[in-house]
Amino acid sequence: MIWDEKHERMSRKDLGALQLERLQGVVKKVYDKVPFYRAKLDAAGVKPGDVKTLADLRKLPFTDKNDLRDNYPLGLLTVPQSEVREIHGSSGTTGKPIIVAYTNKDIDTWSEVMARTLANAGCNPGDVVQNAYGYGLFTGGLGVHYGGLRLGAMVIPMSGGNSKRQIMLIQDLGARAIGCTPSYFLSLIETAEEMGIDFRNTNLRIGVFGAEPWSENMRREIEKRSGVIAIDIYGLSEIIGPGVSGECEAQNGLHINEDHFLPETIDPDTGEVLENGEVGEMVFTTLTKDATPVLRFRTRDISSIARDKCGCGRTTARMSRVTGRTDDMLIIRGVNVFPSQIESVLMAVEGAEPHYQIVVRREGALDDMEVQVEVNERLFSDEIRGLEALEGKIGEELHSVLGLRVRVKLVEPKTIERSMGKAKRVIDMRGQ
Amino acid sequence: MQVPQISVFLENKVGRMADVTDVLAANDINIIALSVADTSEFGILRLIVNKPELAYERLKKQGFTVMTNFVVAVEVQDVPGGLSKILRVLTGAKLNVEYMYAFVERGTGRAALIFRFDKEQEAIKVLQSAGVNILQKVDIF
Repeated sequence: MIWDEKHERMSRKDLGALQLERLQGVVKKVYDKVPFYRAKLDAAGVKPGDVKTLADLRKLPFTDKNDLRDNYPLGLLTVPQSEVREIHGSSGTTGKPIIVAYTNKDIDTWSEVMARTLANAGCNPGDVVQNAYGYGLFTGGLGVHYGGLRLGAMVIPMSGGNSKRQIMLIQDLGARAIGCTPSYFLSLIETAEEMGIDFRNTNLRIGVFGAEPWSENMRREIEKRSGVIAIDIYGLSEIIGPGVSGECEAQNGLHINEDHFLPETIDPDTGEVLENGEVGEMVFTTLTKDATPVLRFRTRDISSIARDKCGCGRTTARMSRVTGRTDDMLIIRGVNVFPSQIESVLMAVEGAEPHYQIVVRREGALDDMEVQVEVNERLFSDEIRGLEALEGKIGEELHSVLGLRVRVKLVEPKTIERSMGKAKRVIDMRGQ
Repeated sequence: MQVPQISVFLENKVGRMADVTDVLAANDINIIALSVADTSEFGILRLIVNKPELAYERLKKQGFTVMTNFVVAVEVQDVPGGLSKILRVLTGAKLNVEYMYAFVERGTGRAALIFRFDKEQEAIKVLQSAGVNILQKVDIF
C-alpha cells in the first residue's frame, strides 16, 4: 500500500514547487537562527533570498560530519532547547558522537516517513512488526518503532541480540515483518536452522533491513534461506534516521521521501553535482527538519539517483542500493576495495557462509589483505586438495572482481564474531 | 565393506586437537585410528572411532565442522613387502589413492590400512579379486 498518496504520487512539477518553498524556508531559518550556518552562508556569499529555483541549491555550502561534531552537543539547534523532546546520536567510533535533536514536529515527521517505509515494504496496519534494531541513541530502534505505531502495527520492541528469544517471539506472536541489520538477520537464520526452525513455517514474510551496506547476493541468500522478502531501507541520524528512503516490493531502488529530504549525488573529490544514474556520494538537505536541519549534508554513502517512473506508482526519485561508504573504502596497494564487493563474491560461492572478515596488514612496504571465510559442512571436504581448491576458487573470483590478489583463509565456524547490530567487516591493522 | 570415518576441520591453533579429543572422551568414544592432514593454516583430522554416529553428532553440537564418509579398511600382512603387494595391485589397475593411514587391529594385532580412493567400488573389486582381505566393520570393532 502507499501510505501517503498525496506526497508519494505527487506530480514532479508540484513536488518541485513544494521542495522549493520548503528549501527557501529552511535556508532562511538556519541563516536567522544558527550562527554557524549564517557564517557559512556569508562566507559562500549566499543570502537566503538568493534561492530562487531548486537549481540554486548548488550555490549552498556543504555540511559534513565534522561540522556536526564541531558543534557538539547542541550547537546547531534552531529552536530553544526546551522544545527538544528527544535526542539521538551516531555511534562515533572515536571521540565525541554527533548529537541530533527532535522536536514534537520532527518525531511526527519521522513517524510519517517510517510508516511510509514500512508500507512500502509491504507491511499493513494490523501487522505484527518485530523490531530488532537497537533501541537507544541509535536511530534504528525508535525510528522503526514510531513508524510501526503510526502505521497501526503491533510493535515488538526487541532491540538486538538474544536470538533464541527473538525466534520464540516470532513464532509465538506471529510477526509478519522484522526490522534489523541484514547481518543480524543472517545470524537469526543460522540460529533458527540450528533449532530446526524454518521461517517459512512461521508468519514471517518481510524483512526491513538497513543500517549497513549489503549486497544483492546477500539479499538472495537471505530470501533463499528464510523465505522473507528482503527490503532495503536507508537513513542516517544526521538527516532523521531510518525513513530517508526505502524499497518498494519491486526492489528496484529505494524511494526517497523527497518532500522531506532533497537528494543530490556529487563527485566526492570535486563536489560537482552528478547527473541521474551517475554513481557518487549522496548528499541530502532536510526540507522539514525542525530542531536540527542540515544543508547539503555529505553522507559519505555511495549511490546513484534514478528519476524514471517506478511500477509501484510512486513518483519519488529512487536511489540505488548503497554499496559502500567513502570512508569504508579500503585502499589496498593503490586499489579501491569495498567490503560489499567481497561479500558479493562470497555469496556467489555455493555453500559459502555470509559471515566474513577482512584483515589488512602491512608486510614490509606492501599491504596484505586476508579474507577470512568460515568452513561449514557444505564447503568441507575430507581431502586437503578439496579445501585448497575452494580457497583457490574464492581467490580467483576475488581477483577478477577486485583486480587484486588477496589471501583467502579458511576458518572454523563461528570464529567470526556475529554482530547484533552493524557488522564489523574490516580489521585494518596497517596503522598499528 | 566400508568403514565410517569422521573428518573434522581444524584451524592450526593451539589446543584445537585437544578440544576434539575432549569431546570424544566426555562421550566415552574410543579412537581406533587417526590421521591429520595439514597445510600451514588449517588441518583435517580424520578419525575411525567405535561410535561414529555419536561422535559426529557430539562434535557437530560443539560447533565443529564435521563430516562422515566411508573409507576402505584392508588387512596387510605384517611382513616386508606386505604393503607393496597391495599398492602394486592398485597400480596395476591404474587406481589412485587419495590418502591412506595405518593402524593395528584390536585383539588380533594385525596391521591394517585405511584407504580413500576416488574410484572406490572399482578399487574394492580389484583388491578382492587379488585376494586381499577387506575388513568388515565387525573386524575392526
